[in-house]
Amino acid sequence: MAGYVSRGFRGRRRAGDGEAGRLPPGQYAEPGFPVLTAGPTPRVDLAEWRLRVDGLVATPREWTWEEVQALPRSTFEGDIHCVTRWSKLGTSFAGVSVDVLLDQAEPLPQATHVVASCHGGYTTNLPLEDVRGGKAWVVWEHEGQPLPPEHGGPARLLVPHLYFWKSAKWLMALRLLDHDRPGFWEGLGYHNRGDPWREERYWGD
Amino acid sequence: MGRLSWRLARVAEVRPETSRVASLALEVPGWVGHLAGQHVDLRLTAEDGYQAERSYSIASAPDGQRVELTVERLDDGEVSPYLAGEIREGDQFELRGPIGGYFVWKPGLGGPLLLVAGGSGVVPLMAMLRHRAASGSQAPTRLLYSSRTLEDVIFRDELERLAAAGDGLTVTHTLTRAQPPGWRGYDRRVDAVMLEEVGWRPDERPLAYVCGPTRLVEAVAGDLVALGHDPARVRTERFGPTGVQ
Repeated sequence: MAGYVSRGFRGRRRAGDGEAGRLPPGQYAEPGFPVLTAGPTPRVDLAEWRLRVDGLVATPREWTWEEVQALPRSTFEGDIHCVTRWSKLGTSFAGVSVDVLLDQAEPLPQATHVVASCHGGYTTNLPLEDVRGGKAWVVWEHEGQPLPPEHGGPARLLVPHLYFWKSAKWLMALRLLDHDRPGFWEGLGYHNRGDPWREERYWGD
Repeated sequence: MGRLSWRLARVAEVRPETSRVASLALEVPGWVGHLAGQHVDLRLTAEDGYQAERSYSIASAPDGQRVELTVERLDDGEVSPYLAGEIREGDQFELRGPIGGYFVWKPGLGGPLLLVAGGSGVVPLMAMLRHRAASGSQAPTRLLYSSRTLEDVIFRDELERLAAAGDGLTVTHTLTRAQPPGWRGYDRRVDAVMLEEVGWRPDERPLAYVCGPTRLVEAVAGDLVALGHDPARVRTERFGPTGVQ
C-alpha cells in the first residue's frame, strides 16, 4: 500500500544503536519482559514436577526435577521475538538442550512433529527439525535467576528462532508424532510455524 | 484460510475520553467484522517511509465497517502519543485484523460474566459490554474496574448508562490512588476479598475475563483460582512488562 503517509507521524528513530539488523520486520525492541498468557499462571510444585518425552520414541522417558537438573546444562544467549511485536534483545536462559532429551528417548524414524503440552492445558506444535540440532531448550533460569512462574517456571520450552508462543510455558511433555497437529494458538488464527523473519504471524501469512 | 490483508483506515471521529485516553472511530472499507474482545494490528508510516506497528484492542461492538479503538497515551511510547494526541479526523493509517480468538465473548457463551479491568484494560471488556447491550443479551454480568482516580475512569458515563438499563449488569469501581470527597466505593487494589464481594461464587461457574497491567492480572487470576474458580474459565490478557505497574 505504497504512497500513503500517516500525517504528522514521525516515530522514534533508533540511530546506530545496533538494533536494526537484529529486529525482524514489524518488531520493536522492548527492554522489559512482557507477560502474555491466555489464563491464570499455574503453580507447579517441584516435588510433583515431571518432564516427559513420549509418543514415537524407542524409549519413553520421564525426569523428575532433580533428574533434569543433573543433565548436561546448556545456555542460550540471544534475542526472543513475540508475535505481539516486542522483541527482547540480548537475553539469556539456561537449562538443557532438547537434543539431550531426544537422544535419551530415541525418536523413531517416522517421527516428524512434536506437540508440547503444559500445565494449564496449553499446547503448541513444531516440526521435529525445529527442536533438533541446537535450536531448542527446556529452560529453568532466566538471566541467572530461577524462571519466575509468570514467565513459565518451573520450566518452559525455548525455541528462540520462532515467535515466542512456541516457547511453551509450564512445560510437561513433548510428544512425537508422525503428523502435524495444531496447538492452542495455531487453532485460533496464529500461524502454524511462526518464523519471525518471514513474519509468519497469522493464518495465511 | 485467507491472509489478513492490510487495509487503509480513515479516522472518522476523535473523541477524548480522559486526559490521557482518546477513542478513534475508524472507517475501514472491506472490514470483515470482529468479535468483542479481539484486537487489530496498526501500521503507521512516516513521510520518510519509517514504519511502526502495534496491536490495539477494539473497543466497539461489531458494527459494519466501523471500528473504534480506545488508546491510552504512554509518555514514553512511540505510537500511542500520536494516536491519543496528534491524530485528527480524516487522517489515515493501515490496519489489519481482527486478531485473537480466545479472549472473546459472544452472546452464545452466555454468563454469568465476571469482567475485571485495570486502567485501559477495560477496552476489550467494553466491546463485550457494548455487544451484550446491542444484542439484547441478558447474561448476568458484573464489571469490577480499577482506576487510579475518578478522572482516569474511561467510559464512565456510558458505563453508568449501561448499568442503569436494568438488564443484569452491575458496575463496581475501585479507585486506588485518590478518591473524591464522599467516595463510598472501594479505594484499594483488587484483592480476593473484593472479588468475593463483587464477583460470583465458584459454584455459579462464571466465565471471567481479566484485562489490565501484568501485576493486576496476575493477582486477580491467581485470586480467582485460589477462591475455587475453574482456571479454564478464567481468560486473561496482560499488558506491560513484569516489575512495573
